[in-house]
Amino acid sequence: MSVFKESGHLFRLAALYAVGTLTFLFIRGVLVPKSFGQYGHYRGNAITEIAAHPIHFAGHQACDTCHTDVQQLKQSGMHARVNCEGCHGPLAKHADDPSVQPAKLDTAKLCVRCHAASAAKPRGFPQVAALDHSNGLPCETCHKPHSPAISAGGAK
Amino acid sequence: MNISRRQMLILLPAAAVAWESILAGTPESSPNYKMTEHWWSMLIDIPKCIGCGNCVRACQAENDVPDGFFRTWVERYHVTDWNLENPEVISPDGGKEGFPSVTEDADGKYFFVPKLCNHCADSPCTQVCPVGATFIGPDGVVLVDQTYCLGCAYCVQACPYGCRYIHPQKKVADKCTLCYHRITKGLTTACCEACPTGARQLADLKNPKDPIHAFLKTHDVQILKPQMATGAKVFYNGLDGSVR
Repeated sequence: MSVFKESGHLFRLAALYAVGTLTFLFIRGVLVPKSFGQYGHYRGNAITEIAAHPIHFAGHQACDTCHTDVQQLKQSGMHARVNCEGCHGPLAKHADDPSVQPAKLDTAKLCVRCHAASAAKPRGFPQVAALDHSNGLPCETCHKPHSPAISAGGAK
Repeated sequence: MNISRRQMLILLPAAAVAWESILAGTPESSPNYKMTEHWWSMLIDIPKCIGCGNCVRACQAENDVPDGFFRTWVERYHVTDWNLENPEVISPDGGKEGFPSVTEDADGKYFFVPKLCNHCADSPCTQVCPVGATFIGPDGVVLVDQTYCLGCAYCVQACPYGCRYIHPQKKVADKCTLCYHRITKGLTTACCEACPTGARQLADLKNPKDPIHAFLKTHDVQILKPQMATGAKVFYNGLDGSVR
């Protein structure tokens, strides 16, 4: 049994190793976020944090709850499937608090962005060479943006 | 207050746990959203895109994307008939303010290609992250945990579609979240909301009632760079072979 005669240093080594392991586990426990590994090799809480970001575009459903008149007018025209915020911009603040007024729109810039003639656009899409088409008049002189077709009696 | 050494040793780990929960905070939850019931994707209908840049502007407004960086952008291709391998591609400021007008080209064609993160099912970007800061969620959306990201930019290099960038102020990876904060609340993405022609449509592949299923059955749909086996989930209808 001479092998174990001077085993004291082995116990000390084992104790040191145990303390080292425990220290490692403790530090790891402190440093690794709690939800890490909940769904995979990442912090599970990150998903709910990203989902909690603020919304800027209210969505057309929100617009329709108050602006039923505009929605009905739009339904009958070519812009039926163009959502409100496509032209009016992000308006979640206005949807939350109607006293926040949306900015006035510059139709000269806005209409042209979609309807300026270009061979890159799909064939069937209505396009005009803006200057020739209106002779400098603003678009809304003839076309109502919510229902752009020019009616027989002229546009208002 | 007197604390013995024994009490101190007990208190330390408890304090560490408490501090961690304070750091983590209590994020707002989306009560009716079940992650495992969705598998998000997007459909892009090239013949409908008019290159107006509404999607790019909407994305920047919704997600506070810094100027000069893009989570989605629009490219205009010019392909001459015999030279499919060398298309001329432009994207001035990501197509944010539209594109210069062009006249008919007898020898070629022009068309627009909106691009965004493909939310790949086997995404190269998540595989290279050394710390687990980017991942594919249970609903198939590739996200970045910006509190955990080191900003090493491995993922920026790994993405074959060029959809990631390092945020100039935050110095961490940033990318399209497929408007995760919107789709978990039942809204569509900002780009789809703003698209005037319906060229972009959010789709849920796990929802049997989603119109995407009928569309995929009846159209010739492609993904970008299929040879890279990324499992891309942005489907392009009417995509020209010259698009990279």
